[in-house]
Amino acid sequence: MKLGVITVPGTCDDADARLAVSKVAEPVALWHGESDLQGVDGIVVPGGFSYGDYLRAGAIARFSPVMESVIRFSQQGGLVLGICNGFQVLCEAGLLPGALLPNAGLRFRCLQVQLEVVGAQMPFTGDCAAGERLSIPVKHTTGRYYAPPADLESLDAHGQIVLKYAPGHNPNGSVDDIAGVRNRAGNVFGLMPHPEHAVDPLTGSDDGLKIFLSMAHAHG
Amino acid sequence: MRTVDRALALGLTEAEFQLICEKLGREPNEVELAVFSLMWSEHCAYKHSKRLLRQLPSEGPRLAMGPGENAGAVTVGDGYVLAFKVESHNHPSAVEPFQGAATGVGGILRDIFAIGARPIAVLDSLRFGEPTSARTRYLLDHAVGGIGHYGNSIGVPTIGGEVYFEGPYEQNCLVNAMALGIAREDGLIRSAATGVGNALILFGASTGRDGIGGASVLASAELGEQDASKRPTVQVGDPFAEKKLLECSLELLDLGLLVALQDLGAAGLSSSSAEMASKGEVGLDIDVSLVPLREAGMAPWEIMISESQERMLCVTDPDTVERVLAVCAKWEVHGVVIGSVIEERVLRVLDGPDKVVGEMAVQALVDDCPLYDLAPAPPEAGLYPAPVATLDASESDPRAILLALLAAPNIASRRPLFEQYDCIVQSRTVRRPEQADAAVLALPGGGAIAVSIDGSGRRVACDPYTGAIEAVLECTANLACTGAEPLGLTNCLNFGNPEKPHIAWQLTEAIRGLADACRALDVPVVGGNVSLYNESGGGPIYPTPVVGMVGELPSAAAAGRSGFVRAGDLVALAGPFVPALPASELAKLRGEQLPDGLREIDVAVLRAAQEAIRDAVRAADLSSAHDVAEGGLLVAVAESCLAGGLGATLDLGAAADERMMFGESPGSGFVVSGPEEALRRLGESVAVQLLGTVGGDALDVRGADARLSVTLGELREAHAALAALFP
Repeated sequence: MKLGVITVPGTCDDADARLAVSKVAEPVALWHGESDLQGVDGIVVPGGFSYGDYLRAGAIARFSPVMESVIRFSQQGGLVLGICNGFQVLCEAGLLPGALLPNAGLRFRCLQVQLEVVGAQMPFTGDCAAGERLSIPVKHTTGRYYAPPADLESLDAHGQIVLKYAPGHNPNGSVDDIAGVRNRAGNVFGLMPHPEHAVDPLTGSDDGLKIFLSMAHAHG
Repeated sequence: MRTVDRALALGLTEAEFQLICEKLGREPNEVELAVFSLMWSEHCAYKHSKRLLRQLPSEGPRLAMGPGENAGAVTVGDGYVLAFKVESHNHPSAVEPFQGAATGVGGILRDIFAIGARPIAVLDSLRFGEPTSARTRYLLDHAVGGIGHYGNSIGVPTIGGEVYFEGPYEQNCLVNAMALGIAREDGLIRSAATGVGNALILFGASTGRDGIGGASVLASAELGEQDASKRPTVQVGDPFAEKKLLECSLELLDLGLLVALQDLGAAGLSSSSAEMASKGEVGLDIDVSLVPLREAGMAPWEIMISESQERMLCVTDPDTVERVLAVCAKWEVHGVVIGSVIEERVLRVLDGPDKVVGEMAVQALVDDCPLYDLAPAPPEAGLYPAPVATLDASESDPRAILLALLAAPNIASRRPLFEQYDCIVQSRTVRRPEQADAAVLALPGGGAIAVSIDGSGRRVACDPYTGAIEAVLECTANLACTGAEPLGLTNCLNFGNPEKPHIAWQLTEAIRGLADACRALDVPVVGGNVSLYNESGGGPIYPTPVVGMVGELPSAAAAGRSGFVRAGDLVALAGPFVPALPASELAKLRGEQLPDGLREIDVAVLRAAQEAIRDAVRAADLSSAHDVAEGGLLVAVAESCLAGGLGATLDLGAAADERMMFGESPGSGFVVSGPEEALRRLGESVAVQLLGTVGGDALDVRGADARLSVTLGELREAHAALAALFP
């Protein structure tokens, strides 16, 4: 399996994402200015501060040539994983429902949190059990998930809420403790926590590896 | 205005001005005066410290790049070198804390990638007044915000640091930033411009009026009442621009396109170009009309001394100019040929191809600034008022004292600060803040490095010579607790006005202490920075030599940790620990006057003890190791309890008096835990006193004068006192 990892100016966690991908698949570096996805089987939009996040987190990256290709790729059913800034970009691109707002405390927060797997389904959490707890770090200023109440009901009804912060672990004031959501079709998934920073017990935890393993297993 | 008056206003002395006229053979014009005033400022020329700094040892078998380049470097095996340096950004941060701290981080990161190393970590050393003051809370909040903003956005983890709160820093806070980078040994580049006819390329952000005169007006003078008006001399940072600059610079080096590389820091284009020319024994032509500007109508002198951030200079062969510019274009940074290397050793400033607006001998700029001998004299009376008491002097209940110490600003958990920093990006962080006494980063190949930064100004104020030795030993103690052996040291010397005899004495004594400690420990000084004139209407700061140290571990997997790990492990105090209460944190809480002098230290004895701890950690014998620092033994035990989430039951025996429980002796005592057999083995090489057992959810202590029990919850609540500063 080949997983493309996108780099735009200001991406910070691209090398980390390639390292994580390399444990389950072949990572392919994709540059923002090029629209060719090089035949990858899935995409990771990693964290960072794309284009400095100067307008609004993720708002500029969504218009880069590579993202135009990613949008088409996702519409054709391709797997797309957005992490942190990548999640913000996918929301800005309209590929995922909801929006990420400034943290409740208005400060950057970096800490290890416990997540609960709400939906343990292919292709992103197939290797997890429902209710399983994952120890994965968060690090962001703009990670408070928000969607209007009616949309939340719809997300819930369609099983689109994939990950929640465990009770007492919500670091940013996200509505309903939501940490990660997928699209209706199930092929696009975004989360604020950083699974690519939880792939080795030496650096804290390897619980995040399950996300990447799930993608690899889904591909077959 | 006469030229000499302008020179005085720019911070030069009359004698220095005369010397400049002599070197030029005439009076300097506007451009030349601006350039000289900066190149001959304390900040750039180290004119009051250079002679003293020559005492510091800078040789060692692992040295890859010593003082004189943008950063020093040591070898770490497998063909890799580690570059590191600490630098101050004190006065900008006192005037505008967010941008001051942010650009402090940006500046030190540029120093690292200017020698071809990829920045892999940042640490910070901060000093503020007491948090009871609104000004302190403002400075702290904004400085922490600025550090996080820059480091987080550029993708370099902030893995450690320290902060102290003391009255003498109230008006003049300290913000020192240290950065580390990694490179292949053959990938380092120097800043010497060579090859007559080679092109000089400026790349990065455009040049504006920000930071004009920062190094002379702001960094080389005492702070005063009108400092709000100096805000325009503080630069504004753009981490996104620096992220692009970083990737662009490293790609240019990877492609082998550069002859020399240099960052633009203090004094901007003037200092960077003069340094490049000086090191390469060449001259440079610079046409300021080619420099991309942020605002119209800038005069040549402004362009030459602007401290606009996120800019680099490189030298390349004329044949590779196009390829260099193409890489610049890829990363969307301006790249412009602004001049060339010339044979005649002058810095020639042009405004258009034929209009020379300044011409100065490189040697005059870089080497001819007069160096001053200091006139040190110890102060006749104490320089500093006694700290304000926050604990009743009659309080003798050890439980109350322990909780007061844990909540003291200098001891309370730094979590509210470090949670605002990304400590994990780049996937190397094996020990995060509060997991071990030093941060630990994994290296390619399975090894690891540990990094620590330390320096208690209050203790240096008591005794500059011994206090400076303690700062070094505190650092090596932290490294030992992770299993690391020191490889090299960088320092930032933060002092008051060296023209005053007692400040000169503090500086002289502290440097002597640093030099003696480094020699006794065989740790070379790879580089550093001096920040003088840290004074305000309230008097001088505590003399604050900040020591940053990098050590090596054979295995990342065996890195030590500070928290208790296993119920049932035995707890012991290891080391030649003879605590003292004067100058301790408890003495501060009680508002006691600083003592005149600290107890003498036998560095060789402490070195042997620290090596024993290090070897035991490396052998994975010990479950935890934590050095006894501020607050003394019981605070150290409580910290090990909190870090591990486990209580402990101790019997301190007959000697359990206040001095034993709360006295301090930096770098000499360690709280360790492990199986009985491991502690017995450790006892063969260092004094080990068994104290008790790990377990339960409280810290229970018995002893001659004491019987106390504190739950983990109570410890945690006291230790979380700083959270209130970040509402």
